[in-house]
Amino acid sequence: MTEDNFTVPTMADMMASGQQPEVLFWVGCSGSFDDRAKKITKAFVKILNSAKVPFAVLGTEESCTGDPAKRAGNEFLFQMQAMANIEVLNAYDVKKIVTACPHCFNTIKNEYPELGGTYEVVHHTEFLKSLLDDGRLTIEGGQFKGKKITFHDPCYLGRANNIYEAPRDLMEKLDAELVEMKRSKLNGLCCGAGGAQMFKEPEKGNKDVNVERTEDALETQPDIIAAGCPFCNTMLTDGVKAKNREHDIKVMDVAELIANAKDL
Amino acid sequence: MSYLDNILFVLILAAGFGYFAINVKKLIRNIKLGRNVDRFDNPGERWNNMAMIALGQSKMVRKPVMGILHIIVYVGFILINIELLEIIVDGIAGTHRVFSFMGGFYSFLIGTFELLAFGVIVSVAIFWIRRNIIKLKRFIHSDLKGWPKNDANYILYFETVLMILFLTMNAADGHLQAAGAHHYVQAGSFPISGFISPLFEGMSEGTVILIERAAWWMHIVGILVFMNYLYYSKHLHILLAFPNTYFANLKPKGKFVNLESVTAEVKLMMDPNADPFAAAPPAEEGAVPEKFGASDVQDLNWVQLMNAYTCTECGRCTESCPANITGKKLSPRNIMMKTRDRLEEVGKNIDKNKGTFVDDGKSLLNDYITPEELWACTTCNGCVEACPVNIDPLSIIMDMRRYLVMEQSAAPVELNGMMTNIENNGAPWQYSQMDRLNWKDEA
Ligand code: HEM
Ligand code: SF4
Ligand code: SF4
Repeated sequence: MTEDNFTVPTMADMMASGQQPEVLFWVGCSGSFDDRAKKITKAFVKILNSAKVPFAVLGTEESCTGDPAKRAGNEFLFQMQAMANIEVLNAYDVKKIVTACPHCFNTIKNEYPELGGTYEVVHHTEFLKSLLDDGRLTIEGGQFKGKKITFHDPCYLGRANNIYEAPRDLMEKLDAELVEMKRSKLNGLCCGAGGAQMFKEPEKGNKDVNVERTEDALETQPDIIAAGCPFCNTMLTDGVKAKNREHDIKVMDVAELIANAKDL
Repeated sequence: MSYLDNILFVLILAAGFGYFAINVKKLIRNIKLGRNVDRFDNPGERWNNMAMIALGQSKMVRKPVMGILHIIVYVGFILINIELLEIIVDGIAGTHRVFSFMGGFYSFLIGTFELLAFGVIVSVAIFWIRRNIIKLKRFIHSDLKGWPKNDANYILYFETVLMILFLTMNAADGHLQAAGAHHYVQAGSFPISGFISPLFEGMSEGTVILIERAAWWMHIVGILVFMNYLYYSKHLHILLAFPNTYFANLKPKGKFVNLESVTAEVKLMMDPNADPFAAAPPAEEGAVPEKFGASDVQDLNWVQLMNAYTCTECGRCTESCPANITGKKLSPRNIMMKTRDRLEEVGKNIDKNKGTFVDDGKSLLNDYITPEELWACTTCNGCVEACPVNIDPLSIIMDMRRYLVMEQSAAPVELNGMMTNIENNGAPWQYSQMDRLNWKDEA
C-alpha cells in the first residue's frame, strides 16, 4: 500500500499544518480494534481517499463514546467518557463527524449535545450517499452485478434514527438484486448485540438472537448479507457460521461492497 | 303518573358516574406518584400524533385484519354511545325517543347505529375466535395466564351483550310502533333489528313492552357497569390511548435520557479548578439524596406509569422482541403489566394508610420484575416501534438497569469487565488507547 492511495491523517497532524478537514472520521472501538471491523474501517478510508475527501481521525485521542456503558445502566461512566471526548472534539473545533458505527453515531448525535458537544453527525452510508449525490463518488456494479443482496437494518440506524434509505440507495447502484427480509426496516429484528449484549453471555433461552436473525436473512437466499454496523456484522458472521453457510454467503458492510466494486 | 322510574334512573346514573369519578381520581393520583417529566413541549406535533395514532388508528392497521376489525368496534362503540345521550334524557324526563323530532335524520342515525352494532358483534366474534379457537401466539402467551386472559374474554362478552340489548330494544320498539302501541312514536329505521321483530309476533303487547323496557334498562345499566369495569381492565385503553399518544416521547428513539444529577457530579469531577475537598452543597433539610434509576414505581416518571395503565396487553411488543422470540424470560408486555400491578398495589396501600404509602417490604424490582429479564434486553426499540399506542417499555427497563448498576453495583460480571476496560483504557476490550490507530499500518 502506498502513501498515495491510503492516507489517514490525524487531527493533530492537520492542526499542526494549520488545516481543518471537511469531516472527522470517528472510527470507534470496534473499527479500531476488532479484526473484522478494521477491514470496514479500511474500506471506508479507501473510498474517502479515492473521492479525495479531506478527512482526519482522532487516532490515539479517540476514546469509547460510552454507549455500551450507558446501555448497561452506568450513566456515570457514560458521561465521563462523553465529556472527555467532547473536550477533545471541541478543542479541535470539529463541526462534522462521520462514523461507520451506528452506536457511536447515535450517541454522539443524540446524547452529546446536552453535554456540550453539538456537531453534524452522519452515518457513513449517509455520507457516501451525499458524495454520490454531489457527483464526488461513482459506484459501478462490478463484481456484484446480478448478485442477491439482503440488507440487515441496524437498530441504532433504523428504528433509533429513522435511516433506512441511504444504505439501500447506495446498494441499488451496484446493479445487484436487493431482496428484503420478512422483518425489515421498522420491523427489522435486532442482531442481538445491542444494549451491551455484545459483551456478555445471553440469558437462558432456546436460541441465540443472531441465529434467529441469520435465518431471516437465509430465507431470502442471498449471496451477500449486507450490514451497516460492525457489531451486526460480527453477529451475522457468527450466525452464518452456525448455519454452516460461510462457504457460500458473505457478510459485508455497505462500505466494503462499494470499495470492492470499485476495486479499491 | 309515577316518578319512580325517573328517580331510580337518576340514582343509578349518579351511582355509575360517581363511582367512575372516584376511580378516575384514584387513577390520576396513582399516575402522579411518578417523577416529573416535561412532555408539554411541541403541542402541534403532540396533537398530530394523537390524531394519527389514537383517533386515526394508524399503528393499528399495521396488522390489517386486526386493525380494520378494531376500527369497526371502535367507531361503532363511540357512535352508538351518542344514543346514550337520548337514553339519559329519556330516562330523566320520562320521555321516549326524545330526539325522534329530527325525523329522517333520526332514522338515518338509528339505522347507522344498527349496522354498526351488527359490525361490532361480528368483529368481536372474530376477536373471540382469534383468542380462543385459532389461539394466536400473542394471545396464549404465558404473560396472560389467569386474570388477563379472562379479562380479555369478559370484554368481548360484555360488548356482545350490550349490542344485543341495543338491537333487542330496537326490535321490540319497532314491533310496538308497527302495532301502534301508545307512547311508541313512529321513529327510527331498523335495518338489523327488523329481522328480530318477527320473533315478537303473537306475543301480547304487554310482554313486548316488558321486553323493550328490560332491554332499555339493561343496556344503560350495562354501559354504566362497563364504564366502571374499565379501571380494572386493559380496556382502560379506550380512554387512555388519547393522552398516552399525546404525551409520548417525541425524540429519536435512540436518544436515551442523560441523567442530570449525574451530569452535575461528573462536571465537578472533571473540573480541574474544583476543590475536591469542598463540602458538598448543603442538602435541603430532610431532602432525600436522589436515587439513580428505578427500583419501584415511584422512581419511574408519570408517563411511564400512564403507559402501564394504557397497555392493551396486545403483545405486539413481545412478538417483536428479539429476547422473547428466542425464549428468554423478558417480555416487554409483561414489563408493562407488572408495572401496573405494582402501581395498583402501591395505590391500595395508600388508600389503606390514609393517604401515605407505608413500606411494604416489596418493590417493582425483584418482586415483580427480575434482573434476569432486565439484562436480556438488547435496547433494540422493537417494542417501542411495535406498540400501537406508543408505550415505551424500554425506558422502564433502562431505568431499572441504572438502579441495578449505579445503586447496587449488580451488573453481570462480564459487563463489569467491559466497564472496567472503558474506564481504564477507553475501549470495552483490553486494548490500549495508544494502539487505536494501529490498523492504519496493518496490511
Ligand atoms: C371506544 C373505543 C374503543 C373500543 C370499544 C375498543 C375496543 C377494543 C377491543 C374490544 C379490543 C380487544 C380486541 C381483542 O380481543 O383482540 C381492543 C384492543 C385494542 N385496542 Fe381498542 N378500543 C377502543 C379504542 C381504542 C383506541 C382509541 C386505541 C388507540 C390506538 C385502541 C387500541 C387498541 C389496541 C392496540 C388493542 C390491541 C390490539 C391487538 O390485539 O392487536 N383502542 N380494543
Ligand atoms: S428494546 Fe428490549 S424489550 Fe424492547 S423489543 Fe428490544 S430487546 Fe425486547
Ligand atoms: S405495550 Fe403496547 S404493544 Fe405491548 S402489549 Fe401493551 S399495548 Fe400492546
